[in-house]
Amino acid sequence: MNEKQIRELVEAVIKNMDESEIKRLAEEAGSGSKKTAGALQDDGMIPDIRQDDYTSYLEVENPANPTEFLRIKKQTDARIGLGRCGNRYRTKAYLRILADHAGSLDAVMSEAPEYLIEENHLFPVQTLCRDKDEYLSRPDLGRQFSDEMKESIKKSCTMDPDVQIIISEGLSSTAMERNTNDLLASLQQGLKLEGLSSGTPIYVKYSRVPAMDVITELTRAKITIMLIGERPGLSTYASLSAYMTYGGHVGMPEAGRNVVSNIHANGINPTEAGAHIAAVARKMMDQKASGTDLQLF
Amino acid sequence: MKLKTALNGHVYQFRDVKDVLAKANEPKAADRLQGIGASDESERVAAKVVLSEMTIGDIVENPTVPYEKDEVTRINIDGMNKSTYNRMKNMTLGDFRELILDTKTTGDELKRLSRGINGEVAAAVAKLMGAMDLVCGAAKIHTITRCNTAIGQPGTLSYRLQANSTTDNPETILLGVMEGVSFGSGDACLGINPVEDNYESTNRIAQKLYEFMVKNEVPTQLVVLSHITTQMDALKRGTPLSMVFQSIAGTQKANDNFGVDKKLLQEAYQIAFEYGISTGPNLLYFETGQGSEVTIDCDEGVDELTLEGRKYGFARYFNPFMLNNVTGFIGPETIYDGKELMRANLEDHFMGKLMGLPMGMAPCFTNHTPINMDDQQMSTMLLALAGANYYMGIPMGDDVMLAYQDTSFHDDAVLRELTHRTPAPEFHKWMIKKGLMDEEGRLTPLAGDASIFL
Repeated sequence: MNEKQIRELVEAVIKNMDESEIKRLAEEAGSGSKKTAGALQDDGMIPDIRQDDYTSYLEVENPANPTEFLRIKKQTDARIGLGRCGNRYRTKAYLRILADHAGSLDAVMSEAPEYLIEENHLFPVQTLCRDKDEYLSRPDLGRQFSDEMKESIKKSCTMDPDVQIIISEGLSSTAMERNTNDLLASLQQGLKLEGLSSGTPIYVKYSRVPAMDVITELTRAKITIMLIGERPGLSTYASLSAYMTYGGHVGMPEAGRNVVSNIHANGINPTEAGAHIAAVARKMMDQKASGTDLQLF
Repeated sequence: MKLKTALNGHVYQFRDVKDVLAKANEPKAADRLQGIGASDESERVAAKVVLSEMTIGDIVENPTVPYEKDEVTRINIDGMNKSTYNRMKNMTLGDFRELILDTKTTGDELKRLSRGINGEVAAAVAKLMGAMDLVCGAAKIHTITRCNTAIGQPGTLSYRLQANSTTDNPETILLGVMEGVSFGSGDACLGINPVEDNYESTNRIAQKLYEFMVKNEVPTQLVVLSHITTQMDALKRGTPLSMVFQSIAGTQKANDNFGVDKKLLQEAYQIAFEYGISTGPNLLYFETGQGSEVTIDCDEGVDELTLEGRKYGFARYFNPFMLNNVTGFIGPETIYDGKELMRANLEDHFMGKLMGLPMGMAPCFTNHTPINMDDQQMSTMLLALAGANYYMGIPMGDDVMLAYQDTSFHDDAVLRELTHRTPAPEFHKWMIKKGLMDEEGRLTPLAGDASIFL
């Protein structure tokens, strides 16, 4: 369709509308309504491309063994078997990765689901970071608390527990939103079965992993478990990690931590992860060690 | 040593070598985080002017972290060739820059000369270079290494195939590997990052990859990137691994954090030598990236570019098979945007090449920075011009396990096409035999289908 044809079409469409309809459309356009695409003929809506399950089909031309290919491909979110045009991505696959990036960037920037604090009886605290921007660019502040904040932790939380649980949105509020309830329930249940006492669960806003060491020193917990939203990927932006220490302290080496990562519905599911973390905690307690010093098997 | 200059109506006085190095840097997030960078553009250039008049000896004799205090400093200095250094120590950095860029200076000469410098000198001269200087200087230098096969020959371009899984599922890892090799990726190595850092996961993944390599006679190396101690344990228990991987940092404090030091790396080499499945002599694989120290509070007040240079002075002591630079992997507190990413990538590649290292580049980004896929692809194309030894190969660049974006199988094929390069020789022959590639290194219509191996 050339430009002249388009203009004629637009004119024809406008001619067929009565004046009030044109006024209504103009108002809607002005108010930013998404109901109409303007005065052009509306042929409906393109479905959300993120609803397309790319793990369920192949875009490779004449695959040698499509049945076996698909059977395995279905088990992963990896963008395998999506074909090529020359040596580049097909259009659909390219637009999809852009859409996923947009979604996950938006997930990082959103604030934590604070309703979970009340639902799970978490004690809420905040690091020295004042807002999200500062949190992203100043990891040093995300490891520290003000003196008032430290006092309030000491005053309000159970001292000397076997296990201190800490929750934070970290870099994915979506991860915290989707995993907290199941993970926390199964972890607390698991700790009970392992015969470990757990203190007041704490929520930390704008937290980096080493903030857990400050809390360990404050509550004098033997084992500390921090459940924190991971840096988002494209298909895995709802993933949580558990960082664990035995005898943690401020300034301890990273190699002293154990990590259980990829906790989300399509990775290690949160209920299963809770039981696993509790079992690791038991081993820490028995061996009085964590990180590279801990024998897991 | 002059630490003062007049410029644009101001007199700029610097504290010491460390201060000059930090302020001569192009803008970087980690330097801002530390509060050590130049406060304005004139101060930045003033620092470059002062730096250009310093000699190689000034830098070597005034390390940013004291020799007595820091193992990385010691290895940087002990790893130098003393007679080459004595010939070079009175040369200014301004002159050294010109020597590097002189068309009469060959790549081999540069590699000989660089035995007389340490990583901090490499960083210092990089600070006096523009983007095209960095590309130009690096493009001359070729470093060939051999583990099981050899990579880095002029006219070749290689890839590490990194088909990770969120659950360490060997079946999907292998499917990714199959697709990758059909695109020509994987000649540097098949390298998988496990989710679970333990012997079982490491062994399970390695066995599956080894089976595939043997069955299809794929001429490459195999590595599973768990912690170095896990890999050493696995090797002793009979896990088939070609080399040992470890991340390294630019200060001893940061290396302590990673749980690694010189002694452990030498032990790892010995274990790979005794138990590994390759001929060698290069049996280690290092990973580095600007800013890793500042995020764990182990930077010693040194700028991120100088710290990166120190890693290369540390790395070359161990003759690694590959050194993979992943600047951009950490996030906005180290590399803020696409411009910083491109600059850092070119600097790192140049410094590493100058230090004689087999530089692989992973221009990459996470989802909590303003860097996007376009920035990353532009950086990749620039590095191809500069002559990186290898890149990563990940399905559509999306690492579902490590949650970041890097180069893809498609990118791998395009880069070879654009730069007229072929895979490493043995792998190339294998690709031709399998009907996946022609003599020029272009993919055939059969390429890109994982299921030819199923």
